[in-house]
Amino acid sequence: MLIRTPADISPSEITPPEIYRDRRRFMQGMGVLAAGAALGVAPDAGAGVKLAGVRDSAYTLDEKRTPYKDVTTYNNFYEFGTGKGDPSDRAGSLKPRPWTVKIEGEVRNPKTWDIDTLLKLAPLEDRVYRMRCVEGWSMVIPWVGFPLQELIRRAEPTGNAKYVEFVSLHDPKQMPGQRARVLDWPYVEGLRLDEAMHPLTLLAAGLYGEVLPNQNGAPIRLVVPWKYGFKSAKSIVKIRFVEKQPISSWMAAIPREYGFYSNVNPQVDHPRWSQAKERRIGEFLKRDTLMFNGYGDQVASLYRGMDLKKFF
Amino acid sequence: MDMVLRKPKVWIALLCLLPLLRLIALGLGGGLGANPIEFITRSTGTWTLVGLLVTLSVTPLRRLTGRADLLRYRRMLGLFAFFYACLHFLTYIWLDQFFDPAAIARDIVKRPFITVGFTAFVLLIPLAATSNHAMMRRLGRRWQLLHRLIYLIAVLGVIHYLWLVKKDLTDPLIYGGILVLLLAVRLPWGVALLQTARNRRVPARS
Repeated sequence: MLIRTPADISPSEITPPEIYRDRRRFMQGMGVLAAGAALGVAPDAGAGVKLAGVRDSAYTLDEKRTPYKDVTTYNNFYEFGTGKGDPSDRAGSLKPRPWTVKIEGEVRNPKTWDIDTLLKLAPLEDRVYRMRCVEGWSMVIPWVGFPLQELIRRAEPTGNAKYVEFVSLHDPKQMPGQRARVLDWPYVEGLRLDEAMHPLTLLAAGLYGEVLPNQNGAPIRLVVPWKYGFKSAKSIVKIRFVEKQPISSWMAAIPREYGFYSNVNPQVDHPRWSQAKERRIGEFLKRDTLMFNGYGDQVASLYRGMDLKKFF
Repeated sequence: MDMVLRKPKVWIALLCLLPLLRLIALGLGGGLGANPIEFITRSTGTWTLVGLLVTLSVTPLRRLTGRADLLRYRRMLGLFAFFYACLHFLTYIWLDQFFDPAAIARDIVKRPFITVGFTAFVLLIPLAATSNHAMMRRLGRRWQLLHRLIYLIAVLGVIHYLWLVKKDLTDPLIYGGILVLLLAVRLPWGVALLQTARNRRVPARS
């Protein structure tokens, strides 16, 4: 074994941390650029590119991760069609670069972020979360991203900001499913400000350590693990801070079946089917659905005193 | 063998078995996707509905073409619809609910789309049971009355599909549209319409 004494490296040879970090960011940028350069040839070439400088996080699970293939071929992303295979078949037309995310509304610092600048706003982390779809199936997905609160803090919400609204891309040329009026486009989702500020709430740009595939909501999406999957808006172009509770696309479509909160709750059924159990993709027997998808310790306090049957 | 292959009934039976063979092939090849149980449930349900609609199209086709022999295949088509309904039901109680009687009973009572689907399945049983010649003879005119249940069953099948989809009603509405058409041509004016169409074709041919 070779043991180097500190004297082997002269102080002048040590890269100062700020330059080191810059280099790392430069490399990250190069990766993204490379992905961007490839766009002309294959629109989703960005997917699968390894994300550099991703840190481990405390958010991990002792549960088997859903295979990459299932996570990327079994999707609900109605912008590309209502079949589970439609997004992976058709999301090639989405161009995740260039991309901007506009921050507006009740904030002191409204700003339009370029996606590559936005992704350098905070260190990217690996986070393994459960994902429970309102349809009764679930996955375990290793996301890459940073807490949404990092962005919110920089935006400096005013005292009037009570809710955050997320707007997804509306462009039927890139998203052929939008030619059908299954939902009112663009897709809109919303969170209460404290939910959006919660440390679990993630802005994700990758999964399995790699750039997010288009069908999973490239280039940037929300992940709110204690709520049904549809709350986690994909391909976000606008984040708006508002005073009144936003009306999400699903609330507008079927108000009787989809509420604003949509917390995973085995005791409150969907009007047409039970939410007590779920099928974890890859498993044969159904498993019991956990309150707040198993994140009750972290999030139950957000809803103290609320009737969750009423605020479904 | 030659004789067997020349019989249309054999060909139709083989054709009707294709959806099942496809499922088996996909299952063995790992091609059922991320959620195989959902795939099998959807597939057997779809083919039940297709089977019902094909069965219901025999009479209008016979009126349109004047070929009375078409009626000979109707029973087999109906029985195949029942066969896929059984597979569909079995998938639900076995693969989906894993023989949990309490959960199944709750579903049937509480979930309208399951109530309707289950009702349709139960109603199919007496039709399948009375599909042979002996029962036809024994029941006489009541046989036809009983077998008119197929109209109700098909309607329930489409409602079952309509009520289970999350938002996109396109597919169930296509099935519903075809069913409405097949039922409409059974009404007096529909029958007359088919008659006219047939008369127009027959002289042109001869």
